[in-house]
Amino acid sequence: MSLDVARLRKDFPILDRTVRGGRPLVYLDSANTSQKPRQVIETITEFYERHNANIHRATHELGEEATAAYEGARIKVARFIGTSDETEVVFTKNVSEAINLVAYSLGNATAGRLRLGEGDEVVITEMEHHSNIVPWQLLCQRTGATLRWFGVTPAGRLDLTSADELINERTKIVSLAHQSNVLGTVNPVAEIAARAHAVGALVLVDAAQSVPHGLMDVGSIGADFVGFTGHKMCGPTGIGVLWARRELLDELPPFLGGGEMIESVWMDRSTYAPPPHKFEAGTMPIAEAVGLGAAVDYLSELDLEAVRAHEQNLVGRALQALGEIAGLRILGPTEPAGRGSAVSFTLEGLHPHDVSQVLDDRGVAVRAGHHCAWPLHRAFGVQASTRASFYLYNTLDEVDALADGIRAAQKFFGVT
Amino acid sequence: MQLESMYQEIILDHYRYPHHKGLREPFDAEVHHVNPTCGDEVTLRVTVKDAGGEPAVADVSYDALGCSISQASVSVLTDLLIGKPVAEAMEISGKFLELMHSRDAAEPDEDALGDAVVFAGVAKYPARIKCALLGWMAWKDATAQALATANGSDDDAVT
Repeated sequence: MSLDVARLRKDFPILDRTVRGGRPLVYLDSANTSQKPRQVIETITEFYERHNANIHRATHELGEEATAAYEGARIKVARFIGTSDETEVVFTKNVSEAINLVAYSLGNATAGRLRLGEGDEVVITEMEHHSNIVPWQLLCQRTGATLRWFGVTPAGRLDLTSADELINERTKIVSLAHQSNVLGTVNPVAEIAARAHAVGALVLVDAAQSVPHGLMDVGSIGADFVGFTGHKMCGPTGIGVLWARRELLDELPPFLGGGEMIESVWMDRSTYAPPPHKFEAGTMPIAEAVGLGAAVDYLSELDLEAVRAHEQNLVGRALQALGEIAGLRILGPTEPAGRGSAVSFTLEGLHPHDVSQVLDDRGVAVRAGHHCAWPLHRAFGVQASTRASFYLYNTLDEVDALADGIRAAQKFFGVT
Repeated sequence: MQLESMYQEIILDHYRYPHHKGLREPFDAEVHHVNPTCGDEVTLRVTVKDAGGEPAVADVSYDALGCSISQASVSVLTDLLIGKPVAEAMEISGKFLELMHSRDAAEPDEDALGDAVVFAGVAKYPARIKCALLGWMAWKDATAQALATANGSDDDAVT
């Protein structure tokens, strides 16, 4: 079954608007944040208009409804990523907070297998978003552990030649992206996780770019922790998820202390609530979680196989159309196989900011810069790139609008 | 098309043929500034001289990587500020900063800003204001350092 994109676009009110003095919006920045369907917007509005109350503590009907909506969203998210145990789903602010939660909790461990110290190693990769680099740098600074990383090949794949040396008996945790936010590369997570588990290391997967495309089954990916964010998957900003195996959540010390994460509090000590609430201190983004639940409902009602086929189609057309432009260099895999739908590129003699400005003038929204992956850009010997990223609501015509816009930028700056 | 309001011919000219580019010796202070949102960077050197009892901008030299706006802006800066007394140069830089934060509402001071008035179009695009200011912030920083060094050595001479 193919996807009825024209019908689906009607669910996204923003796609109807014009920008820059009447240009139809061509939104190719979904890897940055996705647009929101009416169903999500209405769910959030309805929550505030009909059910708003604090959760888990209000002894009135609204409190019951709000709690049911919040905890209901947790169950929806759990099913969406392939687990039947919703207590493995911790709500966070975003994926950055999910990764920081793990890094800080590990840093808080004073004994046992989770404790890090000198001689221990943390392994990441050169293609990570800053949010999967900096928390580990900070953890290593706090504990004396050593940070190591996989390099990236010129083709935009992880360089696995030294995997057996990099992941060794000193390794405590390996943290990597499921899908690169710049290159689109889908990493062989299961293979790396198997190697990590063989030496007793934990594995965290930054799935911010894969979960929105329905590409997550925590049962088979082999990870111990998976982080992702709501706003890239048709949900609102301010809500993210950390999934972790239940026994790890039991074992990990808390990250943030505060209300709702406790069992009992005395003046000199506390005991903690069981997971997931142990990691949800203070009043959580309740309406946002409910909105994320609606986003998961929205995605679940689509034929996700058809969505993936459609996105592969879009990226295939983009790789081909962009490949024909003189002076254009695609960063990352140039074939649709084994990659997602973010396409980053540079243009000879043209700065990404200037390219994106010309595109913006034509209504085409892309991202320009280092996309929070500065080390990766350095590895490719470039300062910045332009990134177009496609999602379920994009069309082949929009891919063509991108290619036309790039040619117009070259013409405007006289570089063809 | 609105593009021309940002990319005025003067800006494109400075981008293609930047003035005073390259790092020169001697210099009193050197700074390296980065725009963390896009990775654009500039290394900028300032030389101050004594001109009738007050400090003046003897030279501004630079090496920069970045978009047309940031490149053109630093090139225009060198045209405007080299040879001016530091106090006047600071005043011009203040006016440029004001122009960039005006969202195109202010009437730019053409006498003071010269070619730099063409950046008024950039002020309409909040994401690009930092590009236009990169070189100017670097110049201010480098000049403050150069003056501090100069004052420091005067103090040494007194004691």
